[in-house]
Amino acid sequence: MTAQGTPAIEAQGLVKTFGDVRAVDGVDLTVAGGSVYGVLGPNGAGKTTTIRMLATLLRPDGGSARVLGHDIVAEAEQVRRAVSLTGQLASVDEDLTGRENLILLGLLLGLRRGAAKTRAAELLDAFGLEEAAGRLVKNFSGGMRRRLDIAASIVVTPRLMFLDEPTTGLDPRSRNQVWDIVRELQEAGTTILLCTQYLDEADQLADRIAVIDHGTVIAEGTPGQLKASVGSGALKVRLLDPEQRPAAEEVLRRELGHVNLEPDPAALTATCADADRGAFAVAELARSGVRVADFSLGQPSLDEVFLALTGHTAEQTEDAELEEAAA
Amino acid sequence: MTTHDDAIRKALGSTPHPEPAGPFASAMAFAWRGMLKVKHVPEQLLDVTITPVMFLLMFTYIFGGAIAGSTQEYLQYILPGTLVMSVLFTTVYSGVALNTDLTRGVVDRIRTLPIWRPSPLVGALLGDSVRYLVAGTVIIVLGLILGFDPEAGVGGVVAALALVVVFAFGLSWVFTTLGLVMRSPNAVMNAGFMAIFPLTFLSNVFVEPDTLPGALEWFVNVNPISILADASRGLMAGDAQASDILISLGVAAALTAVFLPLTTRLYRSH
Repeated sequence: MTAQGTPAIEAQGLVKTFGDVRAVDGVDLTVAGGSVYGVLGPNGAGKTTTIRMLATLLRPDGGSARVLGHDIVAEAEQVRRAVSLTGQLASVDEDLTGRENLILLGLLLGLRRGAAKTRAAELLDAFGLEEAAGRLVKNFSGGMRRRLDIAASIVVTPRLMFLDEPTTGLDPRSRNQVWDIVRELQEAGTTILLCTQYLDEADQLADRIAVIDHGTVIAEGTPGQLKASVGSGALKVRLLDPEQRPAAEEVLRRELGHVNLEPDPAALTATCADADRGAFAVAELARSGVRVADFSLGQPSLDEVFLALTGHTAEQTEDAELEEAAA
Repeated sequence: MTTHDDAIRKALGSTPHPEPAGPFASAMAFAWRGMLKVKHVPEQLLDVTITPVMFLLMFTYIFGGAIAGSTQEYLQYILPGTLVMSVLFTTVYSGVALNTDLTRGVVDRIRTLPIWRPSPLVGALLGDSVRYLVAGTVIIVLGLILGFDPEAGVGGVVAALALVVVFAFGLSWVFTTLGLVMRSPNAVMNAGFMAIFPLTFLSNVFVEPDTLPGALEWFVNVNPISILADASRGLMAGDAQASDILISLGVAAALTAVFLPLTTRLYRSH
């Protein structure tokens, strides 16, 4: 599964309707082997439905897709041999213990009992779950449940992993842990299709992103490309003393050009496409005696990208709720 | 988490690559899962056994004298029937459990595994059979304590229990089908008991059919639950009719033949 070879996922015109709702309305995707591919969109945009079709849980009403070279309808069995799914609801059995969950999957995937036990112990240890191993999963915290869920997906490491909103509802620490695990998985060579409604998550993890809204892909590219499509970057500065804002404005205008005064009386933003010049401008501020509380240099956020692409923010729509109910 | 990164890398690197489990191994794995649930939530078992225990006690001591002349004589008649009732009530819970499963995320993972499609269902029912066995044993032990005297001895009792469990395995496919078409575990429970309760009472489990009005007597005599109760009574008393046993097994086979494929198809497309 090299980058030049067959793509890990190739989908053309996928369609799925639930009653009157076209949940997925002609989705095209091409995911390179070994990459993390982000599918970004608000709740009910059609992400989960798309993933469920690719994972052979739903039969598409139109279009076609190949996963690792196998047709998702005609060769569903081969697809299932090479993928694993971590669903939106944690895909582990709440009425079993963490250890039992992993042993059960080991047995189902063809390990003998002894090997399944060894593998379960190894994974519990690697995911920091050894102490909770004998506890019923329904008593796990959200973060522990997610980690167990991902551990369950790699009892036999798949070539492709579907991760559906892996950090929804997690606290920041647990979220970072999940992100680290995703990075490790990618390093080990697993292709990952990651659905998320969090812009920073896609930004952090994905090599490429498809932005999906109302069942269609409305933009596709690297995070950088998507952001560049909205406009150049910006240097944001907050001052310790609002009184110094006119002085700061003068320095930034001289160094960078266009300057915006923010509603916050201590903040201002300058257009800045070049990081070196931004760094230099901050140094100039310090040298001229302007005291800076904090500054950031960045491309526009994906939030701004989303707004620019769709004309609305990444919020749940009424249609979306309908779709969730139908699904 | 950084302390675990190496361990995760190692775990990823040392991944095994076995061939997926075959039909038998995967069904057994799911049966194991079912038994673990009994272990972790034993109250479930209590729920289903308590009703037949109550019925056995109430019918024996309140109605026994009136129906059969003496409680002891009635116990002799009612116990094999209560065994049937006890085990058949338990089958409703197989449908409830399946429906509960569907509301959880774990079913998505199971359905994306490269295994024989019916194995989660077959395995669950094999695991449930252990539950049927326990429910049946409770009734038999209680009966023996109360003074039930099986003329055919241990062998007869074991044979009766085995027959009832096999029948229950067949019947439970009806409830798993129900479990897949109904919206909530509670709905499955209500619908299940709405069916099994009258069917049990409109049988010869509690009374001899010849005391009933004509049309009812006819229905009670063709009710498979009556035939199973007759077979169970016969096996324990040592005078079983081969036809009763064969019809019971035939009904179990027919139910499985119709409802197993139906359940599997519904499960796949759920």
